[in-house]
Amino acid sequence: MTAINLNESSVRELNEKLQSGSSGDKFVVNNTVGKHALSVGLTKKVNVEINGHVGYYCAGMNQEASIKINGNAGPGLAENMMSGEVRVTGNASQYAAATGHGGLLVIEGDASSRCGISMKGVDIVVGGNIGHMSAFMAQSGTLVVCGDTGDALGDSIYETKIYVRGKVKSLGADCVEKEMKKEHKEELTKLLEMAQMNYSADEFRRYGSARKLYNFDIDQVDDY
Amino acid sequence: MAQHVNYIILISTKSMTIKEKRFMSKDNPTLIESATFPRHVIAEIQRAAKTGIYDIRGFGAKREIPTFDDLVFLGASTSRYPLEGYREKCTTEVTLGGRFAKNPIHLKTPITIAGMSFGSLSAQAKESLGRGATIAGTSTTTGDGGMTPEERGHSKTLVYQYLPSRYGMNPDDLRRADAIEIVLGQGAKPGGGGMLLGQKISPRVAQMRDLPEGIDQRSACRHPDWTGPDDLEIKIQELREITNWEKPIYVKVGATRVFYDVTLAVKAGADVVVVDGMQGGTAATQDVFIEHVGIPTLPAVRMAVEALQEMDMHRKVQLVVSGGIRSGADVAKALALGADAVAIGTAALIALGDQSPEFDEDYKAIGSAAGFWDDYQQGNDPAGITTQDPELAKRLDPILGGRRLANYINVLTLELQTLARACGKSHVHNLEPEDMVALTMEAAAMAGVPLAGTSWIPGKNGV
Amino acid sequence: MCGIVGLFIKNPTLESELGALVAPMLSEMTERGPDSAGMAVYRDPNDKGCKVTILSQKLDFDWTTFEKSVNSNFSLKKFTVTQNHAVLSLDNSLNEVEEWLALNWSELSVTSAGTNIEIFKGKGNPADFIEQFDIKNMTGTHALGHTRMATESAITTEHSHPFSTGQDLCLVHNGSLSNHNRLRETLKRTGVQFKTDNDSEVAAGYLSWRLSEGDDLDEALNHAIDDLDGFYTFAIGTKDGFAVMRDPIGCKPAIMAETDDWAAMSSEYRAIATLPGAENACIWEPEPTQIYSWKRS
Repeated sequence: MTAINLNESSVRELNEKLQSGSSGDKFVVNNTVGKHALSVGLTKKVNVEINGHVGYYCAGMNQEASIKINGNAGPGLAENMMSGEVRVTGNASQYAAATGHGGLLVIEGDASSRCGISMKGVDIVVGGNIGHMSAFMAQSGTLVVCGDTGDALGDSIYETKIYVRGKVKSLGADCVEKEMKKEHKEELTKLLEMAQMNYSADEFRRYGSARKLYNFDIDQVDDY
Repeated sequence: MAQHVNYIILISTKSMTIKEKRFMSKDNPTLIESATFPRHVIAEIQRAAKTGIYDIRGFGAKREIPTFDDLVFLGASTSRYPLEGYREKCTTEVTLGGRFAKNPIHLKTPITIAGMSFGSLSAQAKESLGRGATIAGTSTTTGDGGMTPEERGHSKTLVYQYLPSRYGMNPDDLRRADAIEIVLGQGAKPGGGGMLLGQKISPRVAQMRDLPEGIDQRSACRHPDWTGPDDLEIKIQELREITNWEKPIYVKVGATRVFYDVTLAVKAGADVVVVDGMQGGTAATQDVFIEHVGIPTLPAVRMAVEALQEMDMHRKVQLVVSGGIRSGADVAKALALGADAVAIGTAALIALGDQSPEFDEDYKAIGSAAGFWDDYQQGNDPAGITTQDPELAKRLDPILGGRRLANYINVLTLELQTLARACGKSHVHNLEPEDMVALTMEAAAMAGVPLAGTSWIPGKNGV
Repeated sequence: MCGIVGLFIKNPTLESELGALVAPMLSEMTERGPDSAGMAVYRDPNDKGCKVTILSQKLDFDWTTFEKSVNSNFSLKKFTVTQNHAVLSLDNSLNEVEEWLALNWSELSVTSAGTNIEIFKGKGNPADFIEQFDIKNMTGTHALGHTRMATESAITTEHSHPFSTGQDLCLVHNGSLSNHNRLRETLKRTGVQFKTDNDSEVAAGYLSWRLSEGDDLDEALNHAIDDLDGFYTFAIGTKDGFAVMRDPIGCKPAIMAETDDWAAMSSEYRAIATLPGAENACIWEPEPTQIYSWKRS
């Protein structure tokens, strides 16, 4: 286990160490004081535990690694993540998992606006609430919200599936409530287990694309 | 009766101005076309009323605007001596991205290939561009769909675009790239996002972009995880951390508030700034966007250079300029105004075979003609370049296409050297604004060079 | 674009450390705003009269002559010069003082007026600003700071934030307005005066105008949501505290934190991280169009 203290090491030194780790290596990072771009671009199955609040883009473009943040995360947490797991015990600021392609992001607290914006396959599980414009232009993957959502959920959504347990403040263009079938409950149960969220799939509702904006239709002009 | 009528016609013709004569119908001189509602405007209104959707097309701005054509070089004279061709070297090498990157880009010629997506272009077209650029010793750029193995395989130097859509974006490709270009906008549509219609979302394109096949792609116009140059500064830091500070980071803008944009790009930490004027092409966007947003390349170059000079960053942060570059003369003029390099898009496609007269019958069959065709968004390109249709795409042989592109780039380079030598320069970067004069007042004001025969630069000295 | 910071001291024993606490916050915002910095400090109230901060464009301005002139015309209680600024406490009405200054010393500009507020504006690196104005040793009840990355207007001292919007009022802004040019012309017709072509100055002028129309601060900010177009995180300083509001789109960052000792806001958490007890503070993000405020009772 390697401990890195950001009072002594630079962000460059931190990332170099983490990026050159081997599968199975363990790292602990201390004294984060809101610094940006921590633990980005990892490619191996390393285990990173970050103690403290982090700034923008923590775990950006993560591949394979397991990263846990004991604190809050700034904007763009795990943006464009490809695989692996990122977990934050506190809250995440806006754009969490933006354009993510794969892997799992778990936010135990609340996520802010634009959670999962333009997501392309990542799975996101939020223990608390999420902010407005979440899942904006979301293309694929799954967003699970155990709390409430903000305005314009899933605006302009493509094929991402959204499961919400709490209240939906308002839905965005082309996003509608859909039937919860057996396969959805199974998928959701699996995700809740992986995220260690103690809820039953029965408490959730499903939302997704009405697919009316897939090809331009003048009668849908109000949605543009 | 007949005489009476003739008399009236005579009077009408005489009272018309020379301008009005332009709008007279040749077949029937009594018909006068309106300058405000000419036939093509009438046709567009009728089309809008019929379909209920804006006109979408490709290509760049077609309207007449001041361009590099309105500038001319002052060649050798009694006081200035030219260099002999071939023997007396006129070097064209350029290095981009030395500010912060460990591995700057070295090019044999300052003419690069602009970003164009796989999706808007066929795989064969992207491969052709890669082959041609590599032969010529320059770089190509990916577009709004990600990096294809063909392009990375065939292009020796590849710039990877980082766009608002982030289609296909992944760290492996970031590391495989030679440079990263963060795109804020492009000249054809500053403030607009990428556009690809359903007919071009083939299975492969759909898979790369993570979209259902055959749908019309809706694109974001802002980046998903940052807004503003203050956030951009942090984003650039993140990209450098992911790529070990090796790759030059370019920031590309469509030409609007060029002075401020270039200043902010430098402050945010860019290694290279790319400025694309309104003549810059696109594969698809609304016609009104192309024709009515953005400023011409001519003033954009000057404003970008002024911004760099004011920060004492000229030549320290390199400037690449694009938007309607057609000949070695355009390249020379852009460099003389202070650019470090140029990028070609539309011209590169024409070199590959776009608008070729050999397909004129095919163009006519789809309601157009060689030299006029701009419906890149349709995906039925007879030249096989801006299409995903496998039968049409087969028409472009990547090896022949690559050869044609390399030929064209070499011609541009030779023309550039010819003009530079005539001005006495042993390196093309030694071309300066004082080597040129303008033929029109607009060009003089926009480029900041004097009107030919005078020392007058409108807006700078005198009235 | 920019960085903004705000600090409100709840525990009176910390008032002597206001500057020591807010200086590192401002410093953390340097990369977001390398061009210039400014700060509004609320301290040394002159409840009987008024306090103005004067700025001279000339670094070698003759403050001694100026002081004599003020002394002979007004009841000057205190006169302090720092760099090219001077803070005057006078036992006179603010109107009288401002009129006299405009008439006799038009080459000077007033950066702030009221009873508690002092506004200092610098040009150049925030680190230099902190050093030159000795921010670390300032005391007071609350402070708002700003680091600037100039977007569409020039870099001059006058373009620096905070902008004064009225007595003991000031504004710092992170973002970019899109309808400020027409709005400036409209406001000019109501009598508001502008010194720069800066969009933030228009926002400040708009709030002053709303307040002069009888709005309280909350009403003025709610009107702003309708009338101002663009992206903004605003922090507004008032005599008793400060308020924060974000535009409806809510893209420009903002983070707030509170402990028993202080309440703070910033564009990035790392500025707040410098404060004692930040690790365990209550931390949250302001919701778009919600007004958050702190006041001394």
